[in-house]
Amino acid sequence: MNSTATKEEYILKLYITGMSISSVRAIENIKSICEEHLQGRYTLDIIDIHKFPDTMYENNIIASPTLIKHSPQPFKKLLGDLSDRSKVLGALGIITQ
Amino acid sequence: MKKTNDRLKAKPAPLSKTPTGIEGLDEITDGGLPTGRPTLVCGSAGCGKTLMAVQFLIKGITDYNEPGIFMTFEESAEDLTKNVASLGYDLKKLIADKKLRVDHVKVERSEIEESGEYNLEGLFIRLEHAINSIGAKRVVLDTIESLFGGLDNTVILRSEIRRLFHWLKNKGVTTIITGERGESSLTRQGLEEYVSDCVILLDFRVIDQISTRRLRIVKYRGSTHGTNEYPFLIDESGISVLPITSLRLEHKVSDKIVSTGIPGLDKLFKKGGYYQGSSILISGTAGTAKTTLASYFTQETCKNKGRVLYFAFEESPNQLIRNMKSVGIDLRTYIDKGLLQIHSSRPTLHGLEMHLLSLHKLIRDFKPQCVVIDPISNMISIGTISEVRAMLVRLIDLLKINNITALFTSLTQQNVSSTNELTEESVSSLVDTWITVRDVEGIGERNRGLYILKSRGMAHSNQVREFILTDKGLKFLDFETGPDGILLGSARKKYQLDTFADNLKKKQALQKRDREILRKKKILEANILAMRTEYESVEEELHKLETEERGLQLKTKKTLDSQPVKAVKKKKN
Repeated sequence: MNSTATKEEYILKLYITGMSISSVRAIENIKSICEEHLQGRYTLDIIDIHKFPDTMYENNIIASPTLIKHSPQPFKKLLGDLSDRSKVLGALGIITQ
Repeated sequence: MKKTNDRLKAKPAPLSKTPTGIEGLDEITDGGLPTGRPTLVCGSAGCGKTLMAVQFLIKGITDYNEPGIFMTFEESAEDLTKNVASLGYDLKKLIADKKLRVDHVKVERSEIEESGEYNLEGLFIRLEHAINSIGAKRVVLDTIESLFGGLDNTVILRSEIRRLFHWLKNKGVTTIITGERGESSLTRQGLEEYVSDCVILLDFRVIDQISTRRLRIVKYRGSTHGTNEYPFLIDESGISVLPITSLRLEHKVSDKIVSTGIPGLDKLFKKGGYYQGSSILISGTAGTAKTTLASYFTQETCKNKGRVLYFAFEESPNQLIRNMKSVGIDLRTYIDKGLLQIHSSRPTLHGLEMHLLSLHKLIRDFKPQCVVIDPISNMISIGTISEVRAMLVRLIDLLKINNITALFTSLTQQNVSSTNELTEESVSSLVDTWITVRDVEGIGERNRGLYILKSRGMAHSNQVREFILTDKGLKFLDFETGPDGILLGSARKKYQLDTFADNLKKKQALQKRDREILRKKKILEANILAMRTEYESVEEELHKLETEERGLQLKTKKTLDSQPVKAVKKKKN
């Protein structure tokens, strides 16, 4: 894997709804990606929007699951269970295709 | 507690309706939108979808105490607040009072990636959260189709939107969903497939350079509704749909008589004026003082503390005031007192329906006793005869229901050959009183004549009356007939002079005759005197003769008395 030179801190938020299938899958996928590529330089918050509906407004969450990349720039929003691994890596800017 | 409430609402009674509070729409829909169900409002860009939705929410809060959620997919809450502030709605206050929630759902395509399966649970939770937080009964989704622009997976989107509508229905909230008009379908994404209860189509059309907004109920499951296209207006107080023609003629009538403002004209009506709440048409050719007659009535109504709404389609208010001042009517004082409102606009400003609608709104706000429209014939420039007629029917209906006296003026073409009067709009059957003013052209002059063609419910004069306009006002002249009919203008003057001379001559002749009789009498009397004198002298003569006769007889007797002795003596002899 061509890891990019960026050593920036990743701030990620994953919004899920309870223990739905896609939510569980999304958690598994993002965790494995983070462990593999961003070891030691990421924070991942997992938020259940059922429990904290107020949190949705600041990032305009409409779908579940949604992964938000706050940092580094640019701001990104990923919808879905993150099963397309290369697309996720591209979107997060971890690898450049 | 809230949960049970929601569940109760989820099963609304059949045909339960939620009033929109939008002028006219509730009449067309026979009570409002279906309670607890989604309604689709679709139309092309700029036709007023968002406004209708906002008004639905705000009226719900202010008039029916039903809190509402506005979920916008296009404008931000700030923009929306600003936009509707111009219509006099203060969203900020309603939000602060926890009566309204505006939720801006922003879908920025550039920052979104899709990977794998997802659902729109976030949207559902947001809605639910919002609904529960203020106990909302009304929800607006404006315009949910924007999601299609932001998200690629239309399969998921479609199924989720379908699920959303179903969810809203279960939730028992009355929802308006707005949708942009598609090319071959009502909405671009075919939302009408999912919303089966009520679909309202808004339209914005330009015909002959005059634009009209129209509204039509495409479908309304389980309810009767108006099927026509109804024009509607967006103005400073939001949307209002045109007043519908009342199908029955059952308005109350008044027996009250209102003066025409001109004593001479009042006399032509048996009861001394018009009926309050009737409709009056003053038709005539150009320059026959139609506006002046209308202004007189305006003045009279204002004098009696009645309010008058004057629509001038030919003159500006200031021009009208100035012109009427020249005949001694001071309209300005009544405007200052708030009894008179003059609205001037060109008929071509907007379509017929818009005119009617603005009339309707003004009438509702000002509550006049009298409405003057000067002239209605101008309307023909923006519609066909049948359209104008239909509009007038609606207007007259509206006025009659409210017992407002309506005075229309109408310009007729000077048509010498045809004697039967036909106004262009053939409104004659609609009006109760019809006055015609006309030019009578004659030997080098033009005179104004007035007569009453009809006056429902009261006897009226059948004479043509001449009137003149002086700087002191309009003056009715006495009725004058000559050997060839009614006399006007200088013919009248000539006739009056002639009559005067005639009378003088007659008088003189009479005097002469009287004198002659007197003379004859005198002669006769003199004759009688002479004859009497003659008789007396004859009598005297006779008397004299008689006396003489008697004297003679006495003498003779004396002689005879002395003689008998002789005679006896003679006899003895």
